[in-house]
Parts: sequence; C-alpha cells; structure tokens
Amino acid sequence: MSLISAERLAVAYGGRQVLFDIDFSIARGEIVTIVGPNGSGKTSFLRALLGVVVPTQGHVTRAAGLRIGYLPQRLHLDPGLPMPVARFLSLPHRQSRAAIAAVLARVGVPDVARQNMATLSGGQFQRVLLARALLASPDILMLDEPTAGLDQPGVAAFYRLIAEMRAELGCAVLSVSHDLHVVMSASDRVICINGHICCEGAPQVVRDAPEYRALFGLGTGGALALYQHSHDHAHGAECRHAPVPEKVDNA
Amino acid sequence: MLDDFMIRATLAGVAVACATGPLGCFVVWRRMAYFGDATAHAAILGVALALAFQISIFIGTMVVALVMAMIVATLAGRGWAMDTTLGVLAHSALAFGLVAVSFLPAVRVDLTAYLFGDILAVSRFDLGVIAAGSALVLGLMLWRWQALLTATLSEDLAHAAGINPARERMVLTLALAIVVAVALKIVGALLIAALLIIPAAAARNLARGPEAMAVFAVVIGVVSVVGGLQLSLLQDTPSGPSIVVVAAVIFLFATIGATLVQKRLAR
Repeated sequence: MSLISAERLAVAYGGRQVLFDIDFSIARGEIVTIVGPNGSGKTSFLRALLGVVVPTQGHVTRAAGLRIGYLPQRLHLDPGLPMPVARFLSLPHRQSRAAIAAVLARVGVPDVARQNMATLSGGQFQRVLLARALLASPDILMLDEPTAGLDQPGVAAFYRLIAEMRAELGCAVLSVSHDLHVVMSASDRVICINGHICCEGAPQVVRDAPEYRALFGLGTGGALALYQHSHDHAHGAECRHAPVPEKVDNA
Repeated sequence: MLDDFMIRATLAGVAVACATGPLGCFVVWRRMAYFGDATAHAAILGVALALAFQISIFIGTMVVALVMAMIVATLAGRGWAMDTTLGVLAHSALAFGLVAVSFLPAVRVDLTAYLFGDILAVSRFDLGVIAAGSALVLGLMLWRWQALLTATLSEDLAHAAGINPARERMVLTLALAIVVAVALKIVGALLIAALLIIPAAAARNLARGPEAMAVFAVVIGVVSVVGGLQLSLLQDTPSGPSIVVVAAVIFLFATIGATLVQKRLAR
C-alpha cells in the first residue's frame, strides 16, 4: 500500500503552471529521489504532497494517520526569537531530555542541545532538522534539498546517515535534489521532474569506478551514485526543455 | 479595596500586561508590529461607532479591530505589499475614526482619553471586563502555545505536523482584537502597539528561550504599568504615555546591558 500518492497532479501559481500531469506513489520503506533543475517545480511537488499547496487539478492521497518527518529547504529564524536546539526539538510535541539527548547523539551532534539554533553551522543545522523529523517516528521522511550548502564529504555523510535511519526505522524517504546526476546511492528510484515527469529509473552505483573516485574524492563511502537520464524527449543544457535536435544525446 | 482608583488602575494595568506579554512576543517574532498598529488605530473608529449606536465601547472597538485585523490578514494572504498596505490602513483607520467622532451630535467625547488612555478612570465594571478579556487572551496563548510557536517557525513544518497555520493566524488575530479592546482604556489607541512591542523587545535581550521571553515580557510590562502609574501620580504626567516611557527606559537598559555582557563574553 502506498503512503502518499498523487494522480494527474497539477499546480499553478497565479496562472503560471509549475507542475502538470504528475502520477506518483511511494511505498513503505522505499527511497525515492526527485531531481530537476532550479524552477522545475520540485519544491512545489513536495509542498503539494504535504498539503501546503492545493493542487489545481488531480489529487493527493495520504495514508490515514501518516506521520511525516519533513526537512524544509530553508528555515528562516527571526533573530527576535530565541530558540535553543532542545526547545526546537520539542515542537510541536514535548520531548523528554533523554529522548532529545539520544536523538542528537544518533544524528552526530551530541553537544548542541543548549545552543541557540542561530549559532549552528550548516551541517549541524541539517542534522538538528533531521533529529526533529526523527522524533515524530515518521512513516516517511521528506527532504527538500537536504544537502544544499554542504561540501562533498558532508553530502556523502548526510546521505549515509539517511540510509542508516531508513534501515533502523523502516521509514520511506522522499528526497528532492537539484543535482541532476549525483544522487543518494540507496535510492530505489530516481524521478526527474521538470514541470512534468521526464524520466524515472534506478541509479547506477559506480562507487568502484576509479574515474568516480577521482571526481568525487575519497571518503564518500559509496553514499553517492550516478543517475543516467533516459528521456523520450530532448532537453537542453541543465535539463531545460529545448527544441528537439537531430541527434538526441543521452543527457 | 477596589474603591481606590489607584488600586483599580494598577490591577487593570497588570491584567493587560499579562496578555500583552506573550502576545507581544508573537508580534515581534512574526514581524507584525505595523499590523498591531493598524488594528489598534482602528479602535478609534470603533469608539465612534459604539457611541453613535449606543453600544458598549468594548464591543465596538473589539468588532472594528477584528474586522481591521481580518482585512489586513486577507490582503497579506493575497500578496499585497504589506508595508504600504498597512501604512495606508493604519493611518486611514485613525483619520476616519477621528472624523467620525467629530460628527457625533451632542456628545462631548474626550478624545484624549481614547487616544492616550485613561487608566485612572477605570471603574469596577471596566476592571471586570479588562480582567476577563486579558484572561481570555492569556488562556488562548497557553492553549495554542506549541502550535502557535511551530507555525511561527515555519508554516511548512506546521503543515507536516498536522497543524493548520491559517487557524493559528486566526487565533492571533482574535487575541489582538481583544487586547486592543481592553488596552484602549490603559494606554490608548496610539500606544497599544507600544505596550505589545516594547516589553517583548526588551525581554529578547534577557531570554534564552521563547517561554522565558514571554515571562520576562510580562514582568517588564507589569513593572512598566506600576512605575508609569507612580510617575503619573507624582509628576502629574499623562498615565498612558508614562507607562510606555518606563517600558522604553527598561528596553534601553536591557539592550545596553545585553550588549555589554556580549562584549565581555567575546573578549
């Protein structure tokens, strides 16, 4: 049974169509990565699945009582709002001190409980967001560009952590990324979106290839994989829709 | 005991400070300062309508403030330029209210009392209404606290947790309208927003968490009310502005103090 599904979903803002004709479904325990260039509607898609954005057509079905652990792309904290990490983790449900200490240790930032959210580094902030999502004992983790602002080893470490969490909790993972070619290797499926679904497939794990090691450096520990797009229609650079050329490259 | 006008005034001021403390924090966190101003200024129009239709001033100001707050919230939702829209609405509401009051026949309205408050004239009945209204707002804040805080951090996070941010905005709008109605007598329409913002802003310097900030804002509000009333009594100054003056002085010292502490820690 699918946790969330969308049928012929369309989303528009002020008459501008950002998503159309999206059929989607994610099963319990599945890891799905959505890739697409900036402005392709990835975030809108995630927000439509969450119920923040009301679709202009089609509909979204969420399993009854579905618990969602959501990591937003950005979280703007007003400087007027003092927010220690431990307090943030207790929103919207109060958590015990022990539970907070345990989850912070699990995501690899054991010492930040008393720190203000505003003083965290980018990597620490992502991990605290993940900790908060985990406290909801989620059926599904939804990550919007979780690795933006992290360097390559940071990205690999974060993806490894997500894969471990999935193994421990058995939750599904739906992750959105603007990186078209390098995805989380644990992904069961990769879906390329640009207004509509362009293509869908499994990532190629190439961690043993020497070229790959040269390109991404050591220490990624196989957390990353390449995704080979196979569009039945042509795209220009960066996956923008372009006039069909004579020879279709394999993007 | 309630026969003494100073005691009635102090109790009324303390009650309002208990409501404006936590609500003022949300006004600061959500950057609703101008929103509060627009709602408060609309109260003068409420006074004019209440006098014209001979209904309770509390009811009149609360209804008009609520309508105003809902107009502003709706326009904000439609993506209007808020700075300009709020500027237009806040000043228009005040101007329409002042003009409307001048039309009232045979009623000599003491405008100063509504613009700057008349806390020393709080009656037993007023005190009852002010205490009830403040308790209602404080209760609303406590009841919705976790959801309000989550929705203030991020509307998307709230949605994912099954909280409807639109409903939480409505809670704040309603609380703001009630506060405007009960605080009109304390500091007047022109300074209600000051009573919301200044104690919360001062508390920001002292607090490490949101709850502590709300508690500090209440304490600072209470001290401002008591201090302002004494100032008013001793120096014969207008009471509403005196309360805000004390709050502003506390804000100044809190900010200077926090800056000095930070500098010492940085060294």
